[in-house]
Amino acid sequence: MFTPETSMLLALLLPLVGGAFILLLGERNRNLREAATILTSLVLFTVVVGLTTDVMSGATPTLVMFDMVPGFAISFTAEPLGQIFALIASGLWIINSIYSIGYMRGNNEKNQTRFYLFFTIAISSAIGIAYAGNMLTLFVFYEVLTLSTYPLVTHSGKPAALAGGRMYLGILMATSIGLLFMGMMWTLSLTGTLEFTPGGILAGKAEGPLVGVLLFLYMFGIGKAALMPIHRWLPAAMVAPTPVSALLHAVAVVKAGVFSVVKVIVYIFGIDLLNSESSDNWLIYIAGYTIIAASIIALRQDNLKRRLAYSTVSQLSYVILAAAILAPISIVGAAFHIAAHAFGKITLFFAAGSIYTAAHKTEVSQLDGIGRRMPFTMAAFTIGAISMIGLPPTAGFISKWYILSGALETGQMFAIGVIIISTLLNAAYFLPIVYAAFFKPEVSPPKHPHGEAPLAIVIAISLTAIGTMALFFFPDIPLGLAQTLAQTAAGGN
Amino acid sequence: MTAEPNIFLILLVIIPLMAAPICVLTRNANVAWSISMAVAWAVLGIAIKLVMELSAHDKVLYYRIGGWDAPWGIEYALDKVGGLVILVVASIGALTLTYAKRSVEKEITSERIYLFYAMLMLCISGLLGIAITGDAFNLFVFMEISSLSSYVLISLGKDKRALTSAFNYLIMGTIGATFYIIGVGMMYMMTGTLNIADLSSILPAVADTRTILVALAFLTVGISLKLALFPLHMWLPGAYAFAPSVVTIFLAATATKVSLYVLIRIFFTMFGRIDVFETFPLQPVLFGMALAAMFIASLAAIWQQNIKRMLAYSSIAQVGYMVLGIAIATEAGLTGGIIHIFNHALIKGSMFMAVGAMAFGLGVTTINDMAGIGRRMPLVMAAFVVGGLGLIGIPLTVGFVSKWALVSAALDAEMWPLAALILLSSLLAVIYVWRVVEVAYMRPSPENAKQPVQVPFSMLAPMWVLALASVWFGANATFTMDLAHSAAGHLMEGF
Repeated sequence: MFTPETSMLLALLLPLVGGAFILLLGERNRNLREAATILTSLVLFTVVVGLTTDVMSGATPTLVMFDMVPGFAISFTAEPLGQIFALIASGLWIINSIYSIGYMRGNNEKNQTRFYLFFTIAISSAIGIAYAGNMLTLFVFYEVLTLSTYPLVTHSGKPAALAGGRMYLGILMATSIGLLFMGMMWTLSLTGTLEFTPGGILAGKAEGPLVGVLLFLYMFGIGKAALMPIHRWLPAAMVAPTPVSALLHAVAVVKAGVFSVVKVIVYIFGIDLLNSESSDNWLIYIAGYTIIAASIIALRQDNLKRRLAYSTVSQLSYVILAAAILAPISIVGAAFHIAAHAFGKITLFFAAGSIYTAAHKTEVSQLDGIGRRMPFTMAAFTIGAISMIGLPPTAGFISKWYILSGALETGQMFAIGVIIISTLLNAAYFLPIVYAAFFKPEVSPPKHPHGEAPLAIVIAISLTAIGTMALFFFPDIPLGLAQTLAQTAAGGN
Repeated sequence: MTAEPNIFLILLVIIPLMAAPICVLTRNANVAWSISMAVAWAVLGIAIKLVMELSAHDKVLYYRIGGWDAPWGIEYALDKVGGLVILVVASIGALTLTYAKRSVEKEITSERIYLFYAMLMLCISGLLGIAITGDAFNLFVFMEISSLSSYVLISLGKDKRALTSAFNYLIMGTIGATFYIIGVGMMYMMTGTLNIADLSSILPAVADTRTILVALAFLTVGISLKLALFPLHMWLPGAYAFAPSVVTIFLAATATKVSLYVLIRIFFTMFGRIDVFETFPLQPVLFGMALAAMFIASLAAIWQQNIKRMLAYSSIAQVGYMVLGIAIATEAGLTGGIIHIFNHALIKGSMFMAVGAMAFGLGVTTINDMAGIGRRMPLVMAAFVVGGLGLIGIPLTVGFVSKWALVSAALDAEMWPLAALILLSSLLAVIYVWRVVEVAYMRPSPENAKQPVQVPFSMLAPMWVLALASVWFGANATFTMDLAHSAAGHLMEGF
């Protein structure tokens, strides 16, 4: 239908066009406004899917737009990793929109037009990040994503939301301006280029401790990947409405973070360079520490959303750990885990939002026996939890399998240990919830008897739960893309 | 160096200079505004023509007053860095005049309005003159024209404190001008010339003398006063805060920039054939003052309650960035300093216009007055936010381009702590900008809030032109970067 180049541009602009319609229609035509959101997301997904075959066949369509500063253009390239991210972001946006409609109306949220408008901008910037052809383009959209999600995080306008928003903006801006930008400019100064190149651009230009320093600037500069100790923005952002949490944790924001991490490791540093240097070994330990520490914190949270938030921090570092193992097969795991975690975690957040909408409950300790009142919600929650733990028949199993294989192949005993311990910890903080929901009796009947959440929410949550399992049974597309990526990464030498 | 005289050079100065007395003679606000408006846009037309000529033919444009050859007569010379400055002054001048009519009617007593326009014309004329003159003494004359008229402009503010602020500025500005002329006098004593190009070729012969060292010190300190380089900035916050909105817009976007141009002229043209940064202990001093400005003034901005005062402190910090770029003293560093002159004019111009519109619509003076203004004056506040993002240096704004240029210059010169400090200080901008954004959008309007007066299109349009320009030149900086880069290249060659 379109050339791949046009499709990329279209994917970038479509959400913005949808946003313009949302703004024009406004609160007075709320049904039409919601239709505009859904329609845009469907068209966007179609366009992105259309690119998949090209990318899987190894093509890298490239679109150079214009020079932002002389010699450095805004440019877009579709490559396997970006394609995975674009598919997730655009696909989950459809489901998230359905869910948003149920949630925002069910809870009578204010300023819904603003909410949907900034959502479209966030999606557009996620697509921009996914298809960024060089570090400058990635940085531009990375910052736009931060800014466009700020009004979503602070949606309620209450003091708690403001405080959360400050933490959100403060950490993400401080890391991106202070560290990521510095890393980017330093790379530029060393190599004279910022193009994402298979095999990396730093090889031969940087060596010794400098590689470690640059890796530090990038890894902690990409605050959205939430390595400890810069993860605090993620729990702080829990004040946002649930669809926004889903956006942050599954659709766009943290995914943009780990995506950028993998992208930088594969296309800026290159696996070979990192394998040949020893100054970068710290990454695997920081990632391992984050996985374990965040799980232990999650264990102690009674607030359901906060527990999920710390679970995200832990799961993100799986991706970073997988990339840091630096074996092609673990890169497959890293890329696949971006998809697997997205489906699992969005299901869990939808479930939390569903419980809040129907039962007005937020704490884990209040959930005894709720599975009988909300069977769909809790069934979906269970599937999401199983994926987090990494058991079949869910997507989480596949990524963990690849990550473990990579760790075994390279003999990274530390990584193997971390994965085993964290699996146990994951089970320890998810399974009791499932047990309590289905097998414990209700302590006392709720003040206002409730059943399932609104239909839109149930549909959305069922779709993501099915998706989590579908990724286990039919992993071909993301796995194929991930393997192409791993070949590119390994073949760069 | 024999080129055809370019008559437009002298017209650039003469037209606004003549317009000033005509405005006085009319004694009528509307007529004075109409004349000034026509002159400002004509000046912009000439400026654009000159800049196009400059970028088309890679040469310097000349005009010799009375046909007397330099170095005996007064020579006007315009190169690319001067071209960038007249472009800034002329476009800000034209947009400010467009904006001025309604704002001035509200802020200045009606019988003085025609005088206001006369002074503004003088100020524009002086600032343009500084950028095109090739004569060190003539430069002083223009500096005094622009400064004296700006003292008057500031004192027209409604608040009584405008008078003391103007007086404060007058004292400091006069000291600065005096220091400059002392420096020029010493150079004249040693070289016997006032022509800048001539100075440039004779100075190396006497560079080792103590007199020249002292001259350079006087020049540097004098101009630093004018451009409000920390710690010589004390006059600026008061002057910006209490001047009429239009005056603040114009001065913030142009006056300090033109002084910076003079500093560049001194270091890279007058002293262009001497390696000033090697021969004299300039670099550590300038670095120290620039960094102090970036951090201390930004911190001060965080604590301000008065919105104009906050932006004024931010300006002092931004001057720090420009001076830092110059003091790196490489072509890349100079490019960063020069590009930030242009970029910062767009940013601060649009922000002060937004503040002026808020004052017009709701009488806003402090940040607390801005509660809920994001809903009540959405267009105005949005422009303010665009400017604010520029101050932080968010990509797709001009601020990012400046930061890019400065940081890469620092890294290329292997001054990486400097690069880190630039980025660190720009984080302070996040705080002082976001503080305002939160109040404007997140804090509810007060209970008894009055309905804002409709802000006229003549004020909204110039504001948005600048705001959009700051996005345009942020997303596509090829034109401005090329101009700044080749200007820097010229300067590094030493005229």
